[in-house]
Amino acid sequence: MHSVGAKPGSAPAAGTARALLCIESLTKRFGDFAAVDRLSLDIRDGEFFALLGPSGCGKTTLLRLVAGFERPHAGRILLDGVDLAAVPPHRRPVNMMFQNYALFPHLSVEANVAFGLKQEGLPRDEIAGRVADMLALVKLQHFAARKPHQLSGGERSRVALARCLVKRPRLLLLDEPLAALDKKLRDATRFELMALQRQLGLTFVIVTHDQGEAMIVADRIGVMESGRLLQVGAPAEIYERPNSRWVADFVGEVNLFAGRLGDDRLSVEGTAAGRLRLAAPVAAEPRTTLWVAVRPERLRLSGDQPAAGEENCVAGTVAEIGYLGDVSVYRVRLADGSLVKAAAANSGGAPAPRPDEPVYLRFAPDAAIVLTR
Amino acid sequence: MRRVTAFNLFAIVLGIVFLYLPIVILVIYSFNASRLVAVWGGWSTRWYGELAGDAAILDAASISLRVALVAASLATLLGTLAAVALVRFGRFRGRLLFASMIYAPLVMPEVITGLSLLLLFVALAIERGFWTVVIAHTTMAACFVTVIVQSRLVDFDMSLEEAAMDLGAPPLRTFLTVTLPLILPALAAAWMLAFALSLDDLVIASFTTGPGATTLPIRIYSEVRLGVKPEINAVCSIFIAVVCIAVLAASLAAKLTAARGAPTRLRTGDLSRLDAG
Repeated sequence: MHSVGAKPGSAPAAGTARALLCIESLTKRFGDFAAVDRLSLDIRDGEFFALLGPSGCGKTTLLRLVAGFERPHAGRILLDGVDLAAVPPHRRPVNMMFQNYALFPHLSVEANVAFGLKQEGLPRDEIAGRVADMLALVKLQHFAARKPHQLSGGERSRVALARCLVKRPRLLLLDEPLAALDKKLRDATRFELMALQRQLGLTFVIVTHDQGEAMIVADRIGVMESGRLLQVGAPAEIYERPNSRWVADFVGEVNLFAGRLGDDRLSVEGTAAGRLRLAAPVAAEPRTTLWVAVRPERLRLSGDQPAAGEENCVAGTVAEIGYLGDVSVYRVRLADGSLVKAAAANSGGAPAPRPDEPVYLRFAPDAAIVLTR
Repeated sequence: MRRVTAFNLFAIVLGIVFLYLPIVILVIYSFNASRLVAVWGGWSTRWYGELAGDAAILDAASISLRVALVAASLATLLGTLAAVALVRFGRFRGRLLFASMIYAPLVMPEVITGLSLLLLFVALAIERGFWTVVIAHTTMAACFVTVIVQSRLVDFDMSLEEAAMDLGAPPLRTFLTVTLPLILPALAAAWMLAFALSLDDLVIASFTTGPGATTLPIRIYSEVRLGVKPEINAVCSIFIAVVCIAVLAASLAAKLTAARGAPTRLRTGDLSRLDAG
């Protein structure tokens, strides 16, 4: 027998998978306020997608629209090509993990996990078997008889997850699943989530306001603001090639220098840091206003004087130093009074700059992200 | 913070005496050997024995109990439905009117409720008896049920119902398997209050009752007008015992549910406030 199986353990290639969920110009208003505003998005089969945005950007509303708890004013939601508009929440092959977990307090862990399967009218033996398997998968087999209030936060989150996963949903929606956990547990649970998603080959859509979390778990991130998607892409793409100042500023730290495009289209003039050289020409009219974004970790900080004619080198004085252990964050005041953030690893070597010392910030032309909006 | 001072102790004792001294005296006098109600003649269970032979009182007690059972159950059903409508349907047209109409009987003098029901039954040519009293008591008690159940539903976590639906439970099954078990303590409290209200009602019952449906309070009241018989004390003592056992059982049940993990709040504050009204 000849089989052309995929490599063991390899996740489905996100780039080639077909769309599982299609959201087409979806709008949901609360009074005059559009929580979701003509939003379109495709979620691919088998991917881990993160909806990232500040609180109130409409990401939870979007999730609730997909789950069926809210009705859209306009637009369509298609799952496997089927319009979900007429499908009530209890018939959608979609499950949701709630932010507060919403575990049934009067039922044991086992009964909580079995709840969804009982609704399907499965035989008792099959329910018991699948519940036992799922509890073992989330390492809760010894907690089956406990009530939710007898569990820790991390255990509760695993019950909530198991309760959804046991249904083998086409799509699992997770609403800030880790927000209630402390940092150590959050980090561990993130990797558990990723492992489970890969192991079960399911499609996950997670809602979060924590950009670090989105970057770690997701194959693709959609950045949301005021009910709209600003940018959709892989974490590295969002971080290294943000398409707007808002995205650059929301995802990670960034320094923004406003200026005008030079006549050679290869430089930006009149910024707080002077004339900045770019790595590639910009497809815009010379003299148009644009912004150069530089991540703090791409700025090199030192006391070395610039060589004659050196470009992308800014002078300033150290205003504040934030010591984080592995790295230090410097706030450097430029000649015009603006502050620039620079991060440097504390890996020994050259002595670290001290407050009020004159320093020079340098960056390579390819570290500059040019933004037109 | 929680220090037992002389003043605190005094206040507690005064309160308890004020509330329970008449009841204690009643219970003690039910064991009075003397035929004269106000004269102490030594301990005896004589009147409890005589009570067993008093068909009129026993008949009235059985009618009162049956009225209270049916009326409390109907009131709990209707009151719960009204509470669900008020809490869940958001701001529907006429919500304020609906709410005030439900609460009106709370503040309506019983004489007016009784009289209006009497006029209704007469106008509709309904023969007065057991069922007219049941209807009247249901009307009166349903609003108390609504208040209790509503206060529980207001802080009920809606995401529990959403989670149940998300896991595939249709709305009715969601209500029966998730909402109902969680609000059950409030329903039990409401039912007990409705039961107690029906049991001790004299005014409304006397307006709406008919031949063959004399409730215990009506019977006691009519007999007391001719002079207090010691049997009455015995009847009242038995009722007090029944009510005490019911309340104890209910609070014990609530405690057990709480121990099993359901977020039970019996809302005793609501109960006592209503009792005072």
